[in-house]
Amino acid sequence: MRFLMMTTDDSSSAGSPPDERTMAEMGRFIEEMSKAGVLLATGGLDPQPTRIESSGGKVTVTDGPYTEAKEVVVGFALIETRTKEEAIELSKRFWQIVGDGRGVIHQVFGPEDLAPGQ
Amino acid sequence: MTASDTHRAIDAVWRIESARIIAGLARMVHDIGLAEELAQDAMVAALEQWPESGVPDNPGAWLMAVAKRRAVDRIRRQERLERKLEEIGHGLESEDPAPEFDAVLDAEPIEDDILRLVFTACHPILSAQSRAALTLRMLGGLSTEEIARAFLVPEPTVAQRIVRAKRTLSEAGVPFEVPEGDERAGRLASVLEVVYLIFNEGYAATAGTEWMRLDLCREALRLGRILAELAPQEGEVHGLVALMEIQASRSRARTGPSGEPVQLLDQNRALWDRLLIRRGFEALLRAEKLGAPPGPYVLQAAIAACHAQAPTAEETDWARIAALYEVLVRLTPSPVVELNRAVALGMAYGPERGLELVDALVAQPSLKSYHLLPSVRGDLLARLGRLEEARAEFERAASLTRNAPERAVLLSRAAACTPG
Repeated sequence: MRFLMMTTDDSSSAGSPPDERTMAEMGRFIEEMSKAGVLLATGGLDPQPTRIESSGGKVTVTDGPYTEAKEVVVGFALIETRTKEEAIELSKRFWQIVGDGRGVIHQVFGPEDLAPGQ
Repeated sequence: MTASDTHRAIDAVWRIESARIIAGLARMVHDIGLAEELAQDAMVAALEQWPESGVPDNPGAWLMAVAKRRAVDRIRRQERLERKLEEIGHGLESEDPAPEFDAVLDAEPIEDDILRLVFTACHPILSAQSRAALTLRMLGGLSTEEIARAFLVPEPTVAQRIVRAKRTLSEAGVPFEVPEGDERAGRLASVLEVVYLIFNEGYAATAGTEWMRLDLCREALRLGRILAELAPQEGEVHGLVALMEIQASRSRARTGPSGEPVQLLDQNRALWDRLLIRRGFEALLRAEKLGAPPGPYVLQAAIAACHAQAPTAEETDWARIAALYEVLVRLTPSPVVELNRAVALGMAYGPERGLELVDALVAQPSLKSYHLLPSVRGDLLARLGRLEEARAEFERAASLTRNAPERAVLLSRAAACTPG
């Protein structure tokens, strides 16, 4: 099963990159997940995203900075584990390293999850 | 958290931690069978205590601490017994072995122990099947039941295989170490063989429920990826990982809507998993960067990469594939590899070139009942317009395969060669 783990931020700290200590710890965590053979891909995201909205056939694109604080995804890790519990367990470790913060874990559906009859 | 939630959480912890715990204990007790038993004891303690107390913040450290205590108890018991057997009169107080253990464990990173565990579990004195079972058990954290289901054998068979394998290692006094020097290459080959065997057991599924078989592929990939981080200087490890990533990238495209196999060249390439292909290329690059002459896995991965790189089947670089097969056949002479080379030659330089080589292989006794030989020959003959001969070859191939969907494909190809 594949899971996308994302860390989110309420953009109050947008523009300020994570401090050195957090970066080093994240590096350590990434290394550990690679050594465990579970990490497929990972990356950090620009906290000032380009927003795109489609409505009634009209597509609107807006670039930041935005005045209102909104939660944005700032980092992700795509992992492959056997169960959801394993993904959660790995995520716990991540937060033990990083400290305060929040994130979400999504299962990434593959064709086996969309099989007919399900 | 309900009890079953806790159990699932314990399973997850076991899956993540067991290899590290077993590996660390094995360095203390010099016996991977005993190390695994001690780790299992700790797991039992967790199953007893965590539903009440909750999962600890650092579950790995908790399990390790319990397992270590058991190890110390056992060694003390052993020492007491030995003392009784020898002389009790000396009054020697045995020193507490616990601090020693901590020193042992802190001396080196746990990753080195995991690598030792891989090499020990894959020791060539064990049969390939035993090695696979032991590896899945000790490094993959799979239960005996899960291994049995995956390999489609009864659970007691697997249990016995594991018990016997542990005993064999213990009796032979196989040291818990990563072999160096001349021995290393052969031992590494033994490790890689096991990982690829696990992968192929899943990939070349001839029976069984699909999901379980795909699970085996994923286990093998995971093992391969772990090895690539633990032994990054070994080109063949990266080669094997690349080969498995690229092969696994096609798993969605390999079967049609009614479960029939779809040949590589007929596959819908849009269904290939680009992420795995990219990972495969990266692994291949890591191997190439090491600068050593390519081994069999790197060569096979390079061939797989040629296919992965072609946007359409027609754009496949067959000349390069034929050249890679030529190097491969020199490295690991095999009629099956020759047959693949014949296919590539036929695609690159026309069916005559391929047929020339295939005809030379017909006399090979080892290919006598290999269905792909008449299948390939039939294909080349059909392309040369020799339809009558082609039909006979397809029929022969159909009679040799044990895979029903494959037989259906071959028979329809035979039928297509009938003028009408």
